[in-house]
This record gives sequence, structure tokens and C-alpha cells, in this order.
Amino acid sequence: MSTLADGIETYGSEAKPRLGFFTDTSVCIGCKACEVACKEWNVLPEDGLDWTGQSYDNTGELGANSWRHVAFVEQNKPLKVDDGDFASADGEPEPLRWLMESDVCKHCTHAGCLDVCPTGSLFRTEFGTVVIQEDICNGCGYCVPACPFGVLDKRHLPRKPEDAPLALPLLGKQEDGRVWKCTLCYDRLKGGHEPACAKACPTDSIQFGELDELRERADKRLAKLEAERWNGAQLYGHDARDGVGGFGAFFLLLDEPQVYGLPPDPVVPTKHLPRLWRTTALAAATMLVGLAAAFVGGPE
Amino acid sequence: MTRSITDVGTSMQSYYGRPIVKEPVWKGEIPTYFFTGGIAGGSAVLHGLARVTGNDRLARTTLVVGAAAEAVSPLLLISDLGRPERFLNMLRVFKVTSPMSVGTWILVASSSSATGAAALEAFGVLRPLKWLAELTWFTTGAPLATYTGALVANTAIPVWSEARAELPWVFGAGACASAGAAATLFAPGGPARRAAIAGAVAELGLMQAMEKRLGLVGEVYKQGESGRFARISKACTAAGAGLLAWRGRESRAAAAAGGALVLAGSLALRWSVFKAGFQSARDPRYTVEPQKERLQQKGESA
Repeated sequence: MSTLADGIETYGSEAKPRLGFFTDTSVCIGCKACEVACKEWNVLPEDGLDWTGQSYDNTGELGANSWRHVAFVEQNKPLKVDDGDFASADGEPEPLRWLMESDVCKHCTHAGCLDVCPTGSLFRTEFGTVVIQEDICNGCGYCVPACPFGVLDKRHLPRKPEDAPLALPLLGKQEDGRVWKCTLCYDRLKGGHEPACAKACPTDSIQFGELDELRERADKRLAKLEAERWNGAQLYGHDARDGVGGFGAFFLLLDEPQVYGLPPDPVVPTKHLPRLWRTTALAAATMLVGLAAAFVGGPE
Repeated sequence: MTRSITDVGTSMQSYYGRPIVKEPVWKGEIPTYFFTGGIAGGSAVLHGLARVTGNDRLARTTLVVGAAAEAVSPLLLISDLGRPERFLNMLRVFKVTSPMSVGTWILVASSSSATGAAALEAFGVLRPLKWLAELTWFTTGAPLATYTGALVANTAIPVWSEARAELPWVFGAGACASAGAAATLFAPGGPARRAAIAGAVAELGLMQAMEKRLGLVGEVYKQGESGRFARISKACTAAGAGLLAWRGRESRAAAAAGGALVLAGSLALRWSVFKAGFQSARDPRYTVEPQKERLQQKGESA
């Protein structure tokens, strides 16, 4: 089933087939080549070398300077449903599996960040992806809490010298101050190349291509894993009827989304906006009536 | 063994207890703006009604107070931007899908008409233009006071998003309370005092109803900084409204004290709502639990 990304119709005949990622976590080996390739290609700054103590994950989360993030989950669960009988030294069953997932911006069909951007900096590309124009972004920060996945963030690193702050005290700030996120390598797509992360992935856990084709491929892969009785195999962001109209970058997971730090039922905030505007109009009208009533009873 | 989502280890049901949605990047300017914008919006409506009813004293007071609030508000918003020098980029587009875009245009109209009308009144020139500015200001008042509720509710922050039925009302009530209180502080009179009392009572009732209906997520209003601001807000608002109702008509001092208390309560309320958003984003339980419940309901109805 094909889904058109919001706003793609404005391209008319210049619209291209929708491109995206299918990230198959069942073959991810946690090498982080995607993280490195992304940083290299997009010239993302280093933002601290910290040990989190959380398995092999020292990136922590997606943000302004990390557009791919590999999650590592160590679990007391068998990889396959029938593999219940590993024996430990004392004879107790001790299943263990290690889940790895390379997370990325979902490039939603209905994108909250794009909807709420008040400058038009965030836009829908001809490939159906969602990109920030950094020469327009004024760092208002509205897209940050509007993303149901916590993908976007403001860059707090210092401005580059060529990007010097203005001399006025109110207008001058030391930090970059703009919001950054995955562009699905818009520059590479324009040149007919695949995004850096997919190019670097050694196991094809990150698959890039036309979304319709990726969806078919994912269905087949899921059917195979189910036949082999893999534990918890499920597609995430594959269903165009979900709260964001399906993802442009979707996943095959081996457990519930929240185990990987993903929301189980993401909904684009603007889904509720028509009703929210009605509530606001009603509250405003009530305010007028209420304040008018305060004048009944005279000036004292 | 019962598993909690924040368990860490091989049985954890969250990703190391890390947040799923990002905390907002907004700073103290934003809740302060919610307060000054509320005073401005409420003053705009009070001012228009005062003009119509010939209450010149209240009209003058609300124009001065309102224009001051309208002058400060854009500065607060610009100062919070990551790139303040690019604030004009807000005016490249008008997007009804973005309450911030809609609000920016409301504020542009409201702020320029209020400060323009105040200047024309001070210099006593261009009467018809001043009336036009005052009329414009009046029409922008209620939208300015309430859109901020829509702005925060239109996010993925659990405690804001789930309160989308209440937040515009909470902010509207807060605007009535604080605009009435500000006018009472400088020039006590019946309409302003009644607006402050009614707004304060509505504020208290709405906050109570919102916290209750929010269920699990609503508990952040009892915790941490949000809880502290909520308690300050309730105490100040109730004391101020009580004082205004009891002695606000007879005693100038009581009117001023009551007005100041209601103002403080309204400011604390905005900070409480603001901090609650951060607290609810920080704990993945508030993101995951309501969503899991929603999925379960969908599954049952399907």
C-alpha cells in the first residue's frame, strides 16, 4: 500500500518516488559504522566522549549531533521461542540475547516537526523526506517537543567563527542555537547516491530504497522470521494507519518498541489540532463574555 | 516478579529509563511570556469594554498596563530564540498547523496596536487612528490570551498534550485574573476587581479539574518544581481572591495587596505548567503507559 507524504503534492510532476529506510534489527551487529559514516558525511561535531555504562551504547540518544544512534539491549530472553533450554553452571536455564537497533529520524508521513515549524525552515523534499533548512531556522525550538520520538534537538555547541554573532547584546548568542536532525542525506539523494549510513552498513541492516519496495521486502522478512519462530519479531512504523501515517524510515524489531526507547503508539500532535483550535476559540469567546459580565454592577 | 518500566538490567521494559520524547529547549522567558501575554490579552479586552462603557479611568490604566506587557512580550520571545537575529523569519509564512506561527501574527497585531494606541494617547494626536488601533487591540486580546494553551498542548509532551481540553481555558482564566489584578493594583474599581476574582476562581477550579482528569500523568503537578509552583500558585491565588472579595472594595491597600497576590499566583501557575512539561518528558512512563493503554483499547475495539 502506497502512502503519500504530507505536502508532496505541491511538487506536481517534479515529485519523486518516496525514499526511505528499512532498518532490519535482526541482522544488526552493533558496529556503529552508520553512526560514524553519518558524522563524517554530514560533518557533525563531536559532542562529548562519555561512558554511559549502558551496554555498548555511549551515544545515548538521537539529537542535534547524532543522527544515527545504535541501541544495545541485553535481555534474559531466548532469541527464538523454542530456545528455552540453555543450561547455566548450576543447571538453571539462562537464555540471553543482545538486541541492537540503529535508530534514525522516522521521516513521518504526517510530521509533527514540519507542521509546527513557524518559519518554514522544515520542509518536505521531493523524495518525501523531512529536512531542516539551517539558513532559515531561528532556533525557536517548537519542533523539539513536537516530535513523538524525541529526534530533534537544539545544538548547544559554540557558533563557528564564520557565523559570528551580531554585536547587539540581545541578538548575540555564543552557541549555534539551531535545531538539527537527519536529512536522509538530501545532498546525496540529489546526486543519486544512497545515504551514508546505508552505504556503510556491512550487514544490510539499514536498507535504503523506494518505500513501497522496502515495505514488501519487510513483509517477506517478517514472514521468514515468524516461520523460524524468532522471539518478538514485529514491524514498527510499517502501518500507514498508525498515528503518524506510517514512517518513511521504519523498523523490524525483536521486542516491544519501548524496550528500544521508542514510543509504542506515536501520534502526530497536529492530529488533535482542529479540535484544539475549537477549544481555544471557545475559551476566547467565553473570556469575552466573562469579562463583559464583570462590568455588570457598575464601576465601583 | 513485577517489572517496572524504569527497571534497569536484562528485564527492563524501557531503554535504561531514558526519556522517549525530548524535553523542551525553552527557557524562563517562555513562562514569563505566558504571563505577560496573559496580562496583555486580558487588558485588551478590559480596555475595549471600558471604552464602550465610558469607564475612562479603567481604560487608561488597562492601556498603560497592557501596552507595557505588549512591549515586553516580543522581547521575551526573541530573547529565547537560538538565533535571535533571525526573529523576522517568523513572518516568512503563516501556518495554521503551527500555533506558534498563528500566535506570532496575533502578537504582531496586538503588540503594535497596543503600543501604537498608547503612544497616540500619550501625545494626544491622530484620534481616528488611535480608535482604529484600540479596536484592533480589542479583537486580538482573547486570542492572544488563549493561543498559548494551544501552543503547549500541540506537542508530544504527555502532561501538555493530554490536557488539550483544558489548557486554553486555564490560560484564558489566568489572563482574566492577571489583567484584572494588574488593573486593581494601579487603579481599583469594580470591573477589574470582579475580573480578578472570577478569573482566580476559574483558574483554581480548572487546575484542579485538569490534574484530576490527567490521572497518572497529572501527578507531576504534585512533584518537584512543578508541584512547588502549583502550591505557591494556589495559595497566592486563593488568598488574593479572598482578600479582594472581602475588603477589595473598601480598602485601597487590600485591593493592591489582593491584586499583587493574584498576579503572583498567575505567574506561578504558568511556571508550574511549564515545569510540569519538562518533568513529564523526563520519565518514559508518562509517554509509554498512556500509549500502551490506547493500543489496548484499540485492540479490544477491533
